[in-house]
Amino acid sequence: MILREVAAQFDNPVLMYSIGKDSAVLLHLAMKAFAPAKPPFALLHVDTTWKFREMIAFRDALMAELGLDLIVHTNTAGVEAGITPFSHGSARYTDVMKTAALKEALSLHGFDVAIGGARRDEEASRAKERIFSFRSANHRWDAKNQRPELWNLLNGRINPGESVRAFPMSNWTELDVWTYIEAENIPLVPLYFAAKRPVVKRDGMLVMVDDDRMTLAEGEKVEERMVRFRTLGCYPLTGAIESEASTVSEIVDELTHSNLSERANRAIDHDEAGSMEKKKQEGYF
Amino acid sequence: MTVAQEKGLLRFLTCGSVDDGKSTLIGHLLFDCNEVSEDGFARLHAQSQAGGRAGAELDYSLLVDGLMAEREQGITIDVAYRYFSTPKRKFIVADTPGHEQYTRNMATGASNSDLAILLVDASKGLQIQTKRHSKIVSMMGIRHLVLAVNKMDLVNYRQDVFDTIAADYAAFAQKLGDCDIQAIPLSALAGDNLSAHSEAMTWYDGPTLLDHLETVDTSHDVKVSAFRLPVQWVNRPNANFRGYSGTISAGQVAVGDAVRIGPSGALSKIASILTPDGEAQNAGIGEAVTVTLADERDISRGNVIAAADDPPPASDQFAAHVIWMHQQPLLPGRQLQLRLGAQSVNAAVTELKYVINYEDNSHKAGKVLGFNETGYCNLALDHPVVFDTFENNRDMGSFILVDKLSNETVGAGMIAFGLRRADNVHWQAMDVDKQARAALKGQKPCVLWFTGLSGSGKSTIANLLEKRLLARGGHTYLLDGDNVRHGLNRDLGFTDADRVENIRRIGEVSRLMVDAGLLVMVSFISPFRSERRLARQMVEEGEFVEVFVDTPLEICEERDVKGLYKKARAGKIKNFTGIDSPYEAPENPEIHLHAADKTPEELAEEVFSVLEAKGIV
Repeated sequence: MILREVAAQFDNPVLMYSIGKDSAVLLHLAMKAFAPAKPPFALLHVDTTWKFREMIAFRDALMAELGLDLIVHTNTAGVEAGITPFSHGSARYTDVMKTAALKEALSLHGFDVAIGGARRDEEASRAKERIFSFRSANHRWDAKNQRPELWNLLNGRINPGESVRAFPMSNWTELDVWTYIEAENIPLVPLYFAAKRPVVKRDGMLVMVDDDRMTLAEGEKVEERMVRFRTLGCYPLTGAIESEASTVSEIVDELTHSNLSERANRAIDHDEAGSMEKKKQEGYF
Repeated sequence: MTVAQEKGLLRFLTCGSVDDGKSTLIGHLLFDCNEVSEDGFARLHAQSQAGGRAGAELDYSLLVDGLMAEREQGITIDVAYRYFSTPKRKFIVADTPGHEQYTRNMATGASNSDLAILLVDASKGLQIQTKRHSKIVSMMGIRHLVLAVNKMDLVNYRQDVFDTIAADYAAFAQKLGDCDIQAIPLSALAGDNLSAHSEAMTWYDGPTLLDHLETVDTSHDVKVSAFRLPVQWVNRPNANFRGYSGTISAGQVAVGDAVRIGPSGALSKIASILTPDGEAQNAGIGEAVTVTLADERDISRGNVIAAADDPPPASDQFAAHVIWMHQQPLLPGRQLQLRLGAQSVNAAVTELKYVINYEDNSHKAGKVLGFNETGYCNLALDHPVVFDTFENNRDMGSFILVDKLSNETVGAGMIAFGLRRADNVHWQAMDVDKQARAALKGQKPCVLWFTGLSGSGKSTIANLLEKRLLARGGHTYLLDGDNVRHGLNRDLGFTDADRVENIRRIGEVSRLMVDAGLLVMVSFISPFRSERRLARQMVEEGEFVEVFVDTPLEICEERDVKGLYKKARAGKIKNFTGIDSPYEAPENPEIHLHAADKTPEELAEEVFSVLEAKGIV
């Protein structure tokens, strides 16, 4: 219903495909909402060059299978400036390689609406997002001055240059997502399932050593542990959890008994209190 | 498009005055239902120490107050959605503000809820806000109310305090109409009667809040009605497939069912139904489907496919309750965009019947509808829409109003009933009509609407043009904005509401004169696009010629024929167009006069030749 509204109300929609489980569900819903036609919008992935290698491999295979075209955008200026999560800290790195890259891509292609898989249950400031969330011409979010959203009536009217972020999965919970993945048998990146992987304990997080760009500090050592990921992002910033759950149903079971929040192992949320809200105002998804 | 859950979903909202403890209540419920994670609990501990509102105790409200600004102010300022579940039910909570200026968010939260929890501070008693919120949620179609008398710990858990508040509320609620009310005494902070019965209030033998939420029966809220599928999207991947997608808003449908398409009234049969799980023989309320029809029909987004024997009405006028959500008041007559389902049309409030006074639930007369006010109005649309009354079908009886310039959502409405023009105003059929009158005069009647800054030369040009037309044997009339204010519009001032009424009357007089077969020249600053649009819509297409007298402000000010600019600059005239009030230039005027370097005679001649080219004279 929401995806169809997006397609009907905007000229140039784009679906933000981040390769994670929420994106997988979103893409699956889009394929269904417009069947037998293909989704009438572009797909965009903002590649920071620091994603897990398995994510990229999965992405390319899935796009080939579905016969969809994916726009991959990287902030090349950031790469040339040598911005990395190790050298510049998570806050600065996220700003340049994710937020700035995203804004650059949206402006470059003139997208008037970007569809994302964010859910209100993820984080406190996301709980206040509208389903159609208005962004000014410079991509800013004004949380205090949002359009009221009543019933199922979504107001997508904008002036040239302005845009909307649309969140069709706003009312889903993490458990809903997994239950749906199980029911619909949606393929996922293998990293979501427990396996023995090389990890390093750093700042209380289990960081997977995905390539040789990661150098070890003194006292750190690589261990093989049985781990999986609850969310996927850039490997240096995404902590693994120790888990034995290697199938979707085992994950659903694990979640029902879990005591840690989903984004607990995402470094960028913990820079300071209210950090996600600040990033969102600046244009982060 | 929600995940189908076998255990059922209850959506509810919480409302109450500032500091009644809404966020604390939800936070504590989440905590009791084990929805707070270990890291969330640790953060809560740390933040409670650092400056929570509950002193050294755990401040549960921190679990739900998301935005930094409100954390600093200590009040909730936006709608926040929370999710939790128990073995019996799944819940979505809209946490909505009690702060007066954010009432619009409460209506938002209410629009998708089945139940409302109204918080009352036991130590303060029933407040006006609670009554106001009750009225809003009841009008928004919520049939289940919980009166949560909170902070019982502050009144030593006294039964008489609770009983008085519950009785006061019951008396008030009689005016709310058909709804079920459960009053529960509790303490959100201490946890009394939230998920477990309070030991401090053994006198209370009703359900705990959570018990009630888990068991309240909402299955009769949807009034069963005939099949309705508002078309959201026409799915046409190739020439062989033409499907209509939407979410079924009422009833059931099966392959082979006869359907009627609104508003055209065309008939057909359902040929196939595509659901998210593939082809199906039937589908019901709430399902997102794509259907194909047995016949080729011209159907577009906004049309409604409905049961052939019980189709929804279509009308271009209806009566509705409107909640106004913008600082600039609603002015009758001003053009807005109305969105109802997938339909969007231009609309204006034609009559504000009354404004609801929340304090005693009475009605008062009003000329405009202010921020956060609710009114009962008649609306007129430029095209008919297909609808059901709000009472019968929330989806097809609700609409939002959008400002056409800022694009903000400025109001929300609920349709009470349709007004068929013929039922209310009977047109007197005339034997001599406009065409006959115009033919006699050998001209095509129309309105020539001259707009431009004060001193731009509108009246001068219109005057010259009238002489020119008269010389050709034309039948004309010149309406001057200033002159009209001496007679017909003598009772109107310069407030926004009066300006709209001023335009409406001038437009109406012009329309009558066009009907009489005249060429009507209107010379009028008319600075706002929405108002010129209003005048344009009063006459038929092709009968309105907008003439933009485009003279730069500097030149007008230099001429200053009436000395008005000087006064405005000196601050002696307020809201003077071009000085401290904006002039919105026409975007597509029929005639655009670049008046800076031409004489009035040349400009009048320019208009004349366009009229000749258009076959008007």
